Amino acid sequence: MGHLTNSTLAFFSPLSGGSPNANQIGNLYKITLYIALVIFIAVEGALLYALIKFRARKGAVAAQIRGNTRLEVGWTVGAGVILVALAVLTFAKLGSIQDPSNSNANGDALASQSGLLYASTERKLPPNGKSLNISVIGRQFLWQFVYPGQTESDGLGAPYSYEQMVVPTNTTVTLDIVSADVVHSWWIPELGGKFQAVPGYHSYTWFKVSKPGLYRGQCALLCGRGHARMIAAVKAVPPAQFDAWLANQKLMIAEANAAAQAARAKLNTQTGAGQVENP
Amino acid sequence: MATYVAPIPQVSASRAEREARGWTSWITTTDHKRIGIMYMVTTFVFFCLGGVEALMIRLQLGAPNNTLVTPQTYNQLFTMHGTTMIFLFVVPMMAGLANYFVPLMVGARDMAYPRLNALSFWLLLAGGIVFYASVFWNPPEAGWTSYVPLSSSTYSPSGGQDAWIYLIHLTGLSSILGAVNFYATIANMRARGMSWGRLPLFVWAILTYSVLIIFAMPVIAAAVTMLLTDRHFGTHFFDQANGGSPLLWQNLFWFFGHPEVYIMVLPGFGLVSEILPVFARKPIFGYKAIAASTVAIAFLGLLTWAHHMFTAPIPEVILVFVMFSSFLIAVPTGVKMLNWIATLWRGTIEFKTPLLFCAGFIALFLIGGISGVFLAIFPVDWQLNETYFVVAHIHFVLMGGSVFTIFAAIYYWFPKMTGRMLSEGLGKLSFYLMFVGFLTTFLIQHVMGLDGMPRRIYEYDNVGNLALYNAISTIGSFILASGVIVTIVNVARSLKVGVIAGPDPWMANTLEWFTTSPPPENNFDVVPLVRSAEPMKDIRREVERRSAGGRATGGVTVPSGATQVGV
Repeated sequence: MGHLTNSTLAFFSPLSGGSPNANQIGNLYKITLYIALVIFIAVEGALLYALIKFRARKGAVAAQIRGNTRLEVGWTVGAGVILVALAVLTFAKLGSIQDPSNSNANGDALASQSGLLYASTERKLPPNGKSLNISVIGRQFLWQFVYPGQTESDGLGAPYSYEQMVVPTNTTVTLDIVSADVVHSWWIPELGGKFQAVPGYHSYTWFKVSKPGLYRGQCALLCGRGHARMIAAVKAVPPAQFDAWLANQKLMIAEANAAAQAARAKLNTQTGAGQVENP
Repeated sequence: MATYVAPIPQVSASRAEREARGWTSWITTTDHKRIGIMYMVTTFVFFCLGGVEALMIRLQLGAPNNTLVTPQTYNQLFTMHGTTMIFLFVVPMMAGLANYFVPLMVGARDMAYPRLNALSFWLLLAGGIVFYASVFWNPPEAGWTSYVPLSSSTYSPSGGQDAWIYLIHLTGLSSILGAVNFYATIANMRARGMSWGRLPLFVWAILTYSVLIIFAMPVIAAAVTMLLTDRHFGTHFFDQANGGSPLLWQNLFWFFGHPEVYIMVLPGFGLVSEILPVFARKPIFGYKAIAASTVAIAFLGLLTWAHHMFTAPIPEVILVFVMFSSFLIAVPTGVKMLNWIATLWRGTIEFKTPLLFCAGFIALFLIGGISGVFLAIFPVDWQLNETYFVVAHIHFVLMGGSVFTIFAAIYYWFPKMTGRMLSEGLGKLSFYLMFVGFLTTFLIQHVMGLDGMPRRIYEYDNVGNLALYNAISTIGSFILASGVIVTIVNVARSLKVGVIAGPDPWMANTLEWFTTSPPPENNFDVVPLVRSAEPMKDIRREVERRSAGGRATGGVTVPSGATQVGV
């Protein structure tokens, strides 16, 4: 029975379980759901009862009632009270949803770097100010993730990846969401709510994954013909594995850049003569 | 009251001259009833087109990784579907019903500006033709919300987006002119004795609808003009690279878009408030509360637009403000729901088709209202926004809400417009098919959204139960469509063979039932003095009292074709 109620509730609830903020949204949703169910059953029940009980019968006479001020004031106030309660509840939960918490003790050491590509006052940080900040860049029809660790003075040279974001477990990850073209929306259901990537603006969110695993999502706002295939995934791995992955990613990017440079140089020497002939 | 010696009120309308016939009489008409019928027929055709688009969307989504249509076609389909249903069906259908019935209900002989009224209709038709002409080239594909930069010339170079812009301009102008006309008619042309406290609730709703249109439509007109000049004349209103802002579009669009929701649903509220009392044989419960809550909803509806932008980069203080204003709007809406149920309470309910559609509306709109409260809580909205949960919500509000009331109105007023009754059997069949089909289609969509399915995706992977849920939804959409077809058959059949209705087949409360069915061109020869919010009830009572000392008991309706009877 307990299992049944749990699975029934899960059927009617948003996905959660990956990150504390997603769990808190899930809790807020469930409390709202309980209140909503009571109202739903009461009102639909009253409607159904009225329709069955008061259908036209021989000899029945309709009561000519034009209103009842006390009743009407009563249900207006009642509706108001329920909504005030919901608002109070939302504010009680808001902090734990919006404000990042500190990384766990066994989190990643990189989280102490604040590798900000962009500075902003609206971005929220954990109490100790330490998080792993990843830039999420939406573009038709691909998500790009830029990790801290630029190697060049102009801020470039940072390691990056596409479609799959790799993050360390037990570490607070803050996201800085931007767009390179049209409006997109970043969303991994199990890791919390969605936020738009609007050209010229920054959106911020965070998550902290405790269980290693793959968390899937996709762009949630129409961005063109490839919208349905603009997928995203967050792969959570233990911190040591993350550090190794990041180092390897840096190496691979550096190698690829070097190879590209060499190829370009070769191309330049080959076409150099032609360029002189056709300036 | 006993000393009042008035003539026995009777149907007092006669045809002064032969009715004009032929197609030229339709395109040159300024008669509000003919314009109203043209509105209704035109918008119903668009409703069917939008419905076919919806069925194609559901067919594509019926199976995972389906390849029935291309991604481009799919984007065009949902753009056309949303735009059609909102701009070419619900809003102008309400205008059509209001066109026909507001003058009759307030005891006027036509609208205040008959020629302006004709212009409103022809602008609407022009907008629809421009928009649907794009089908032969490139239909728009940026969604009915047309967010920039996706709808800019860089990302949507085709002319379909421009066709969309012209549709908004033309139908918007049509709505504004219509709204001014309704306001002028209601403010100035009410029958003697019809004070604001005796105005039928549908007329209250149309008055509020008109005010909302006058506030909201100019904003979208400005926004699409800015989009047009951005696309073609090198301005940068929405271009962040040159000092513009994509968020400006979202703000302007939803400043119009949210009142638009109430523009679509308030007339529906009015229709229910008219129809329920007739079939419960009881006065409306809390007339003043319903009229006041209509105005309150309209006012609050202008303050809640940013709840469509909870996931956009906007300051937290705005999130909180909009959550409160969205909560607040649930209060007058809830008051209306309870007033309607109280209207049924202790009545003698006659289960005719119009009542069924109204009861279905209450049951479905409640679900849409409750899911709206979830969406108003902004942290919860961060999970639910832009998913199938929202798709389910808008359909519960606009299809279960507005469309069910429109069908109630069709069944309720068809006898007045044509002089013939619709078949009750087919009507009930249509209702049950639509009700069951609707629930099958849209209830499960909440769960799809909760499971992480975003809206506007042309395909999805077979993960979890998504394939099953989508298959259920697709089956439901065809049941729903079959219900609509039954009503179309019913209308076509009853035009020829329907039972003759007479002037007042439902024993209703408002003045449109005082004249013949269909009414003559001038509506009334004599407009009775209005003494309450239910003038026809007073008139029937008067007839009963004065005709042969109460020989006739309950159910007196004046015989069809009777002419004016004096003392």
